[in-house]
Amino acid sequence: MGVEGIGARVARKEDKRFLMGQGRYTDDMSVPGMRYAAFVRSPHAHAKIRSLDTSAAEEMPGVIAVLNGKQMLDDGIGNLICGWMIHSKDGSPMKMGAWRPIAHETVRYVGDAVAVVVADTMGEARDAAEAVVVDYDVLPAVTDAVKALEAGQPQLHPEAPGNLIYDWQIGDGDATDAAIAAAAHVTEMKIINNRLAPNPMEPRAALGIYDSAEDHYTCYTTSQNPHVARLVMSAFYNVAPENKLRVIAPDVGGGFGSKIYIYPEEIVCLWASKRSGVPVKWTCDRTEAFLTDAHGRDHVSTVKMAFDANNRITALKVDTIANFGAYMSLFSSAVPTYLYATLLSGQYAIPAIHANVRAVYTNTVAVDAYRGAGRPEATYLLERTMETAARELGVSPAELRRANFIRTFPYQTPVIMNYDAGDYEASLEAAMQAADWNGFPARKAEAASRGMKRGIGMSCYIEACGIAPSAAVGSLGAGVGLWESAEVRVNAVGTIEVLTGSHSHGQGHETTFAQLVADRFGVPIDSVSIVHGDTDKVQMGMGTYGSRSGAVGMSAIVKALDKVEAKAKKIAAHLMEADESDIVIENGALKVAGTDKTVPWFQMALAAYTAHNLPSGMEPGLKEGAFYDPANFTFPAGCYIAEVEVDPETGKTKIVQFVAADDFGNIINPMIVEGQVHGGIAQGIGQALLEGVHYDPDTGQLLTASYMDYTMPRADDLPSFNVSHQVTPCPNNPLGIKGCGEAGAIGSPPALMNAITDAIGNNDLTMPATPQKVWAAARLAAN
Amino acid sequence: MAKVAMTVNGRKVSKECEDRTLLVHFIRDNLSLTGTHVGCDTSQCGACVVHMDGKAVKSCSILAAQAAGSDILTIEGLAANGELHPVQAAFKANHGLQCGFCTPGMVMTAVDMINRYGAQLDEKTVRENLEGNICRCTGYHNIVKAILAAAEDMGAAGRQAAE
Repeated sequence: MGVEGIGARVARKEDKRFLMGQGRYTDDMSVPGMRYAAFVRSPHAHAKIRSLDTSAAEEMPGVIAVLNGKQMLDDGIGNLICGWMIHSKDGSPMKMGAWRPIAHETVRYVGDAVAVVVADTMGEARDAAEAVVVDYDVLPAVTDAVKALEAGQPQLHPEAPGNLIYDWQIGDGDATDAAIAAAAHVTEMKIINNRLAPNPMEPRAALGIYDSAEDHYTCYTTSQNPHVARLVMSAFYNVAPENKLRVIAPDVGGGFGSKIYIYPEEIVCLWASKRSGVPVKWTCDRTEAFLTDAHGRDHVSTVKMAFDANNRITALKVDTIANFGAYMSLFSSAVPTYLYATLLSGQYAIPAIHANVRAVYTNTVAVDAYRGAGRPEATYLLERTMETAARELGVSPAELRRANFIRTFPYQTPVIMNYDAGDYEASLEAAMQAADWNGFPARKAEAASRGMKRGIGMSCYIEACGIAPSAAVGSLGAGVGLWESAEVRVNAVGTIEVLTGSHSHGQGHETTFAQLVADRFGVPIDSVSIVHGDTDKVQMGMGTYGSRSGAVGMSAIVKALDKVEAKAKKIAAHLMEADESDIVIENGALKVAGTDKTVPWFQMALAAYTAHNLPSGMEPGLKEGAFYDPANFTFPAGCYIAEVEVDPETGKTKIVQFVAADDFGNIINPMIVEGQVHGGIAQGIGQALLEGVHYDPDTGQLLTASYMDYTMPRADDLPSFNVSHQVTPCPNNPLGIKGCGEAGAIGSPPALMNAITDAIGNNDLTMPATPQKVWAAARLAAN
Repeated sequence: MAKVAMTVNGRKVSKECEDRTLLVHFIRDNLSLTGTHVGCDTSQCGACVVHMDGKAVKSCSILAAQAAGSDILTIEGLAANGELHPVQAAFKANHGLQCGFCTPGMVMTAVDMINRYGAQLDEKTVRENLEGNICRCTGYHNIVKAILAAAEDMGAAGRQAAE
């Protein structure tokens, strides 16, 4: 390992611009003639639009256009789509209702757009939006997914009777039922996974620029995957053909899943730019973000976990109802199916598993992937159940987990996944050591002497990352392949540009990816630049989500580097009149092994471009591209331990320590990986203790629509974290990488809840464990 | 419309703006200094923190007109001669930023915090003083580390200068 190569804690190349206020986010972009958009949004959760009167708004100062959904329909702009087909267990395809970018007949959640105003200034646009008069015929609304399935409830889409999108299953139901019937012990629970708002700190924004001279569109947007945005806007929304549409996702201020999807607003900005003849910029405010960004989680499940007399799990049966909101967002259908139920084996050998999942429409904003996407829900369900089972069986939580760990690989679960490598015992051991698990009774006694209730809890998670083998996901209903592309351009002076289809919105790709190249060729990291986020520069890519940029994106770079290296060696061998097989690359030079013959990297590159003296028949230049399609998912896993102190007088939970022991396979930059874990844990702690989206069940009004109402984790809510890594390299990609972006958010909620319920002696507690709930549960347990 | 004059990053500026213009929009839109960010609409997130007459303020919570005549320092004015300010350098060294969006506000808050507490800062104080700044990426772990490192660094530099 060099100081800049694989394994080094290299400070980030991208930091300087962010620290000096020179980051360039979408809302920072201005172009000549640019105007501002403001959306008119439904104040009702469910209503028919009787009429829309824009005449007063059109007369307001500065107003250029007031546009509506009917015009958009007339211009041929298509419906928003969900890109993953799921079939119900009766074989019928999922029931997708129509989603218009701007509603013109029916609104289905508070925040549904009904018109857009384009004006000279943001203030004028907002003033005019207030003056648009919409006459609504208000309909009854339903926000709770369990309730929405009941007879007599409001119906959202004619395509989906009973609000049921699909009723899907996986696994062997008969074998599972038989094992449960024969079990020595069955642990049963109802598990609620609370609804969350992703809240990247940069609100969404879009700038649509129509160039009438070229009949060409440019869209700056806050996207995690600009190429997918271009593909979908072109192929499905009929905004413009791909060759006439450039999508740029410049610096993006966090995503966490919520910026994967193509939202109505970017489509509208492009369309409105053509209609109104001016570039149109829209910037979301935070309340609008709470109302319209896709939310996460919102599952209600029942679970039965069966054990034999030796405390071995014999079966797992799960029934889940997933709230999808008012419309099917881009990846929504895959989240509670192939990203959730396929992980229900956890780290355990479970012979029989069956899961049934019903996806349901409600009058709330769309629900889709949020950091972890399905895997936090699976882990929370399993690890709360394991902890509960340990308490019921009277064994230690660590021993129960150890007794059931998968220990030989590859391991085929009953729910599709084939785990390729792992050492779950190693992470469990490391976490227990780091947390001084055995010293807990003394700490609990000491806390009790101060009147505090101390508890400890663990969680052993597994996730599937490196999304995903294209043929496999295609057979499961995915509308796209999930490979990644890379192009490596060696310039004539030897500097290197790497073009990647991955997108960085905080993950530090400009550093990590450059480390990979510096390590490979021994060139200075500053001579390597990473280019991403622009469809005019990078040909194609699938973007960043599902912890895929390392395992899939960097694997594509490795493939391209292999080709560059092969050609570079040919050139060097020719220049030094040596055999190609004798050439080695070391410290920025190509050498003939065992001799003092050497050609500096830059000289080889120059030779490739001068082309004065190349091997016979070789094309000039040095630029290679590659597509990498993963052979399997990757399976990061680990063990998290939380220790808490609950004040029984106030119900306030203090996190005394939080330990994370993760196996991400090989690691390029430990500093960046640790940062990913810290952030993930904070979001997981947020889910467990603080965060929860609440809609009024009668009116469908969003009650948590600002930072005054939705509790974001603050610095004084959190401890510093104790993070370590155990390494079993992934055997299925060239770098042995598994992925680290989501683990923290997946592993932490059950560890926290297991700790709090341990502290208060009452297992009946839902997330977020607010002081009020904890106080009440502790009182119940004490009485 | 109002004509508002102030000093920003050492330079005198005077611009016409709507009466209702917030200081943050004056800075971003009228002065094209886009390093100061808007992350919420309820003065909770702190992405817009600048220094006004030497004190940290949320620039979304005051009108540009209220800042007339004042001396404003934004993130763009913090580094001297292209050299990172010690707080900026500490954020880089300690990986105190990821997506970078909250970072300008975090850094300006941190500078103000160190100005007020000096080398006396401890983790608890830093965490309490970050109440008004929300970060969604880092879990604050490395931000806290960076601020403590910068405080120590600046304290040491201050002591050296005094000797």
